[in-house]
Amino acid sequence: MDKKLLRDLKKLLGADNVLNESEDLLLYEYDGSVEVAHPDCVVFPQSSVDVVEIVRAAGRCRVPLLGRGAGTGLSGGALAREGGIIVSFARMNRILEVDVENQRARVQPGVVNSDLSLAVAHTGLHFAPDPSSQKACTIGGNVSENSGGPHTLAYGVTTNHVLAIEAVLPTGELFKFGSAAVDPVGYDLTGVFVGSEGTFGLVTEITVRLTRLPESVKTLLAVYDSLDDATQTVVEITARGITPAACEMMDGWTLRAVEDYVHAGFPLDATAVLLIEVDGLPEVVEEEAGAIADVCRLHHARSVRVAKDARERDLLWKGRKNAFGAAGRVSPSYYTQDGVIPRTKLPATLRRIEEIGRKYNLAIGNVFHAGDGNLHPIILFDQRNQQQFRDTLRAADEIIEFCISVGGSITGEHGVGMEKDRLMPLLFSEDDLDLMKRVRSVFNPTGLLNPGKIFPTSKGCGEIYVRPQSASAPPAA
Amino acid sequence: MAAPILFPSLATIVGSDRVISEPAQLHAYRISGVIPEAAVRPGSVEEVAALVRSAAVDKFRIAPVGARSKLAMNIPIGKYDTALDMTRLDEIVSYDPADLTLSVEAGLSLRRLASELARHHQFLPLAVSFRDSATVGGAIASGLDSPLRQAYGTARDFVLGMEFVTGEGKIVKSGGRVVKNVSGYDLHKLMIGSLGSLGVITKVNFRTFPMPGSIRAFVAAYDSVQEAIEARHRIAHSPLRPLSLEIVNPRAVKMLSSDIANRISPGEFRLHPRWQLLISFSGTEKIIERYGGDLPQLAGTAEHQMLNENQAAVALGRVREFAAITLDSSPAPTIIKISLVPTRMASLLGEAVATAERNGVLCAAMARGIGVIYLAVLPSDQSEDQASRASRVISDIYNSSRKHEANIGTPWIPDAWRGRISLPGPSRNDIPVMRKIKSAFDPDKIFAADPLSALQ
Repeated sequence: MDKKLLRDLKKLLGADNVLNESEDLLLYEYDGSVEVAHPDCVVFPQSSVDVVEIVRAAGRCRVPLLGRGAGTGLSGGALAREGGIIVSFARMNRILEVDVENQRARVQPGVVNSDLSLAVAHTGLHFAPDPSSQKACTIGGNVSENSGGPHTLAYGVTTNHVLAIEAVLPTGELFKFGSAAVDPVGYDLTGVFVGSEGTFGLVTEITVRLTRLPESVKTLLAVYDSLDDATQTVVEITARGITPAACEMMDGWTLRAVEDYVHAGFPLDATAVLLIEVDGLPEVVEEEAGAIADVCRLHHARSVRVAKDARERDLLWKGRKNAFGAAGRVSPSYYTQDGVIPRTKLPATLRRIEEIGRKYNLAIGNVFHAGDGNLHPIILFDQRNQQQFRDTLRAADEIIEFCISVGGSITGEHGVGMEKDRLMPLLFSEDDLDLMKRVRSVFNPTGLLNPGKIFPTSKGCGEIYVRPQSASAPPAA
Repeated sequence: MAAPILFPSLATIVGSDRVISEPAQLHAYRISGVIPEAAVRPGSVEEVAALVRSAAVDKFRIAPVGARSKLAMNIPIGKYDTALDMTRLDEIVSYDPADLTLSVEAGLSLRRLASELARHHQFLPLAVSFRDSATVGGAIASGLDSPLRQAYGTARDFVLGMEFVTGEGKIVKSGGRVVKNVSGYDLHKLMIGSLGSLGVITKVNFRTFPMPGSIRAFVAAYDSVQEAIEARHRIAHSPLRPLSLEIVNPRAVKMLSSDIANRISPGEFRLHPRWQLLISFSGTEKIIERYGGDLPQLAGTAEHQMLNENQAAVALGRVREFAAITLDSSPAPTIIKISLVPTRMASLLGEAVATAERNGVLCAAMARGIGVIYLAVLPSDQSEDQASRASRVISDIYNSSRKHEANIGTPWIPDAWRGRISLPGPSRNDIPVMRKIKSAFDPDKIFAADPLSALQ
């Protein structure tokens, strides 16, 4: 890396806020995906002004740069694919303002998702998007990836809760998109910015909507001896017009891995469980929980248990949210996919995943947001076995191809990043991608911000490249 | 003069019987006082794309239109040669009731769509003004909101994806047909409210919703705007999750109860001309009982009533049609839309009503609980005196909005006043980015509408 640039950055931020020794950079070569990329340095700005200066310095030397929150992402979004500077927002982690009356908060991008909810809990409010990695992931990262989570079934994903964004574009200009009030004038730049995977700008401040905590919550655990029965239950709950706050499914394999780890009381001999939550007024919760339990039984649930208190509820959720971590305990490596399908296609899709597992002789666990058709098949493999690694990627691609064939999408919440860029042409035409690139150029005309992401870099789709190394990183989803 | 040149190229694409060039008929396609030279009625997305490409070659500028229910809106427009009438693209492309997803062509009428959805006990919370005549594409492109946004949000919250034709005549899509999706940029969000300036919307994918159970409404009357807004705050901080929450001023109550209102949205509706809070909610008997118990306390006024199902439907219809009703209530109506944080609503409403009173111009006000205010400034005649009074009122409201850090725009204003009254939008630093977005979608400025010209 350019020595002068490094000197400039150290002078600008202080030596403590710049990392460039290879042992320090090691951690930043990974995120929660199986991708690896080496940055040239990592910098820690403390303010928007710092970010402007970093961007200008990088621009002068035409060095690529990208933002990074907690590095829990699952598609390589926060990896320096073409080297350059990682701008870590770990030290821009202040909650700047909480406006209880108007149910809004203004935060720096490095604020950890669950820290915001904890900070406002005493006011009866919370930040609704709840990715499984919420205890580590940052709101800046959530904005970049348009993160989801189990409760987005009823509450919506990150984009539905972001009102305004302050960001530094690669040109060094600082812009404010949106406003604390709804319906800002002109084109919805906030709407298109959220989910742009760090390719538009470095977010320096976010204004979010806070949501009232429900008066009452009920969590049901329905246990099944057949996957089909579990998925049919989900289809029917939707068809009956009930929108639970969350509706998650775990198959038997995942259950056992989780139970061994969390001890939530999941039945070890079950083929699948559904974790369904309803919330709102007690009157609504009572009725919906009753109706859901009926549907579960109608579809041969072996048992339907209602968590009796907050402790039991938290334990069940801990099991669900640590499913990926549990996979890491039983396999040297695992690869999580993020396909989405129309909900009615759940039974057929799970059958197809089973077939694909058999075809490649791979163990595939299933844990997913059943209510909105967002699958997270976990393929277990050993990174030392190159053949198995290649088979894993092939199996993952076949699952995604099936999702597309039934009208679905390649990613529901993990992002495209550098993991699924080559799959984009399966979903979008050249004209679609061309306009997306033009829009990227509006924000990122130099192309120096987070290069090599989202769009296929070369070759045709379907080509599988073998990563130099793989990792079984900590959980996120 | 453009017509003779335009006509053959248009007719080649869609057939001569799909091209309208009679001046009498073209008047119906007028936008902001400009009458186009021709209107064409394409029957497929390919025809739309071909028309846009031919516009680029022949150098004419076009504006997509739906059922023309909102062409009287304040749509800044320069040269406007051809209207692209989208009403022939009116198919339901796919509807999967069990998945609660839907894909429709842009020219489909909201009314037909609603009846199809109702057969499956589902609906789309796109309860916008002019609902009974509007098309899907028009409702989306105009960016109008609906009372149901309190519970369901706006189009940006339930549009899953879109197909549209860019200024270069390319057919482009973004998003998808599943309820959760982060593949690619959400370009469709830019199309919502873009007034046809970025592209021609040809297809929209929606998430649909189960029809709410029995709908009821609660109405409470107040002497002052402060009292009404305070009740709004108490309800917003309660566990209740109403479908809609609006506050209307005494003048708006009169208009929503008028014969004009009854013609636009029929039914029995009479309220005292006071500040009124109107809330709708739904559910089973038990849930309705809960609202019935909580709302009177939260309302904090002795003057309140519960509306039965029929009354609630009429009340919701009147609130939904606030724009249509007030526009028909004056010979020179202006509607201003302001959005701001809810705690600022009472002051701004108070100031707006005060300037209208001071200047002797009628002003109907409606505030949505979520932080959106509509102010209809309604001169009694087209005299110069009323015009200058209205102009002072509008100018005062704009000043007031700046003080309250509000977003402001004027979706309706008489053609004759446009340009005469200064309507400075909120000052923002991202307008240059918006201009570049326009260039990315429409580099040759084929689309006539230019909403950015109204922004600073």
